[in-house]
Amino acid sequence: MIKRVWLLPWIGLFVSLPANAAWEVNITPGATAIAREVYDLHMIIFWICVAIGVVVFGVMLWSIIHHRKSRGAEARNFHENTAVEILWTLIPFVILIAMAIPATATLIKMYDSTDADIDIQVTGYQWKWRYQYLGQDIDFFSSLSTPREQINNEAAKGENYLLEVDNPLVLPVGKKVRFLFTAADVIHSWWVPDLAVKKDAIPGFINESWAIPEEPGIYRGQCTELCGRDHGFMPIVVEVKPQAEFDQWLADTRSAAQAQAAAATEEWTLEQLMERGEQVYNTSCAACHQASGQGIPGAFPALAGSPMVTTDIDAHINIVLHGKAGTAMQAFGAQLNAVDLAAVITYERNAWGNDTGDSVNPQRITELQQ
Amino acid sequence: MDTTLSPTVDTTEHGHGPAKGLGRWFFTTNHKDIGTLYLWFSLLMFLTGGCMALMIRAELFQPGLQLVQPEFFNQMTTMHGLIMVFGAVMPAFVGLANWMIPIMVGAPDMALPRMNNWSFWILPFAFSLMLSTLFMEGGGPNFGWTFYAPLSTTYAPPSVTFFIFAIHMMGFSSIMGAINIIATILNMRAPGMTMMKLPLFVWTWLITAFLLIAVMPVLAGVVTMMLMDIHFGTSFFNAAGGGDPVLFQHVFWFFGHPEVYIMILPAFGIVSEIIPTFARKKLFGYASMVYATSSIALLSFLVWAHHMFTVGLPLAGELFFMYATMLIAVPTGVKVFNWVATMFHGSMTFETPMLFALAFVVLFTIGGFSGLMLAIAPADFQYHDTYFVVAHFHYVLVPGAIFSIMAGAYYWLPKWTGHMLNERLGKAHFWLSFIGVNVTFFPMHFLGLAGMPRRIPDYALQFADFNAVASVGAFIFGLSQLLFVYNIISCIRSGERATDQVWEGAHGLEWTLPSPAPYHTFSQPPVIK
Repeated sequence: MIKRVWLLPWIGLFVSLPANAAWEVNITPGATAIAREVYDLHMIIFWICVAIGVVVFGVMLWSIIHHRKSRGAEARNFHENTAVEILWTLIPFVILIAMAIPATATLIKMYDSTDADIDIQVTGYQWKWRYQYLGQDIDFFSSLSTPREQINNEAAKGENYLLEVDNPLVLPVGKKVRFLFTAADVIHSWWVPDLAVKKDAIPGFINESWAIPEEPGIYRGQCTELCGRDHGFMPIVVEVKPQAEFDQWLADTRSAAQAQAAAATEEWTLEQLMERGEQVYNTSCAACHQASGQGIPGAFPALAGSPMVTTDIDAHINIVLHGKAGTAMQAFGAQLNAVDLAAVITYERNAWGNDTGDSVNPQRITELQQ
Repeated sequence: MDTTLSPTVDTTEHGHGPAKGLGRWFFTTNHKDIGTLYLWFSLLMFLTGGCMALMIRAELFQPGLQLVQPEFFNQMTTMHGLIMVFGAVMPAFVGLANWMIPIMVGAPDMALPRMNNWSFWILPFAFSLMLSTLFMEGGGPNFGWTFYAPLSTTYAPPSVTFFIFAIHMMGFSSIMGAINIIATILNMRAPGMTMMKLPLFVWTWLITAFLLIAVMPVLAGVVTMMLMDIHFGTSFFNAAGGGDPVLFQHVFWFFGHPEVYIMILPAFGIVSEIIPTFARKKLFGYASMVYATSSIALLSFLVWAHHMFTVGLPLAGELFFMYATMLIAVPTGVKVFNWVATMFHGSMTFETPMLFALAFVVLFTIGGFSGLMLAIAPADFQYHDTYFVVAHFHYVLVPGAIFSIMAGAYYWLPKWTGHMLNERLGKAHFWLSFIGVNVTFFPMHFLGLAGMPRRIPDYALQFADFNAVASVGAFIFGLSQLLFVYNIISCIRSGERATDQVWEGAHGLEWTLPSPAPYHTFSQPPVIK
């Protein structure tokens, strides 16, 4: 009876609160069979801990109430009992074995990444994700799409504040997807709670994991390994679609990539480049160099008025394409297409009063990349 | 323990009292002076690290970036962790060891007093160096207290070299302190004090000291490898040069996991002294406490990779580290059961040290439960690097290590100062701290389970409410520590005279000495029967 009374507040906490999303208190049952198994495992262990807690804290509370000097309690003289001590070594041991059995079974399943239908290579960059559908000719970057004004409290925050991206990862429903994780700079970690997948993306190494999403929907996650300044601004969005819609998405994405390649052979005007360059700058460069081009003294150099962007154009193109070793300045040559690179370089050379009047044509970038 | 005091207290001092002026503190070789220095230093660091924590909690009070920019936020989380681990908790335990171990084992001083002075005086320099990096170009360390490569090597600010040097100095200090403690315990015990008669605080520190000697060189090794990677062109942690970033984590956690036990074993010792005193009953299961502590220490070397369940260990490795980690629950459970059995059928009173000790038992056990949950590898994939982990290790480190240090300070303060402390203030400090700690860290379990990663300066809207609650709790906890400082100072300057035994149920050699403990004690060893 005493046990039940003790359980009530816990039950109350875990049953009533999840109704209100803002007071979410538990892990998600998830959208895959494995995620549900993990959820069940989590709940079993939780309740075992609660039960042990009730017994231990119950005895302690009983002693505090009844064996206090102010109630005239006399201290007894016992101070060891080998039988009891052996017993309370063995009982926890048995409980642990009972926990280890289902945990081992689930773990073995989680490690079986064979017979996948689709392979996707996920590469962590400071601070965005790159998704390559292996053998499918699809390769794109996915970065935070929450506007900086919301982060800086200059605009009202949207519903999916910090959990939204420009290009989500798209998966077909009911297919086994194998993820191959790696990173381009530092260690990141790819976590989507609903898929129960969390795996480190380590530069120079490849890790595997897998998931079979069961329901169409949008699942959100975040990078969970401290990866520098914008670690908190590196969300993951997974869109699970029915097979037909997924196939359509594949086709659309492929033709968009072809259109992109064609655009790189066209002539672009300074205005067109400036307009596009501003967008590219704000998603790819503003995190470090700031939207105002002022940089952060000591950490990230200013671009406004910097000789790097106002004098030698080849040096400027070179650093954007190849980065600067040993600093946070990455090689954007592999991350952005020729049009975006040309646009952003043009933008940097003309924004914030730099006004060099230079414009870089996408074809020039394409030549340099070959 | 049956102890009798032969006429051993040297009250005449033979003219060897403390030196006058500041020189007393700079050149002292007296274990009590050095213990005092360590304790003041650790209190100062606790408040410094605490201010950083409050800065973090203030920024996280609401979604959006309000007070600080992400790079400064990262410096704060890094410094907060490093300062609390190496500047607050460890020196506090060493301070308690310096003060109490010689008088608990009936020794006149530490075995190596001159080295003892060095072990302490290295620390202020190490921490000044580390704190100074905050003002350097590019800022201080910003890669978390675990400083994973390559974020801490290739992508680190230039000040990381100073950070490495500071870590080396802290390591020297810890190793010298540990050698001193081992030598004192093994060689300077009073006649008749066999190993199985040692007070538990002494036992736990003996085991801790061996852990320190085993793992601090590993930490020194890993930072030296970093130094080589940064300045001498090696590639220990750089895959492009044939190295492996995960090697860093293996080496770091081979140090780091025993390190977390270095921060809790002496706490077990303190609590095992306090609970019997205020329950007026001998500690239940002395021998099994010693065996349990040793088992925890041995197991701590076999479980480091549970911090790395997501780095892509092979299945066999994952299983081994899961089982080994779960096993730690057994000896830890034995300890908790023994403490509860000590209270059972005791005659308890609830002075401030006892309140902190009781809170320790309950809250540390809650931290143990979340630790057991974290040990289950498949579930750990969901918990790892979330606020659930933050909640877990703060439950074992704040109401665990830090509450035990406060309990110890309140317990032994009358012996140190000769004055009783202000019980009302002590209780107020306890209750505010207790409420503050729980309001701060309990909601973090929910945040982590709901999906909030750790070490982020800004978060999604569904995490807003619990973060606001946690921040309020942090300020309650932080500000209530001012009561602690005030209480210590007023206990030194005034207060009711303390008796020699101080607490009604206290047993042990330290309570046979006058209060305050004379500058020199046990120049004639006491005889233990």
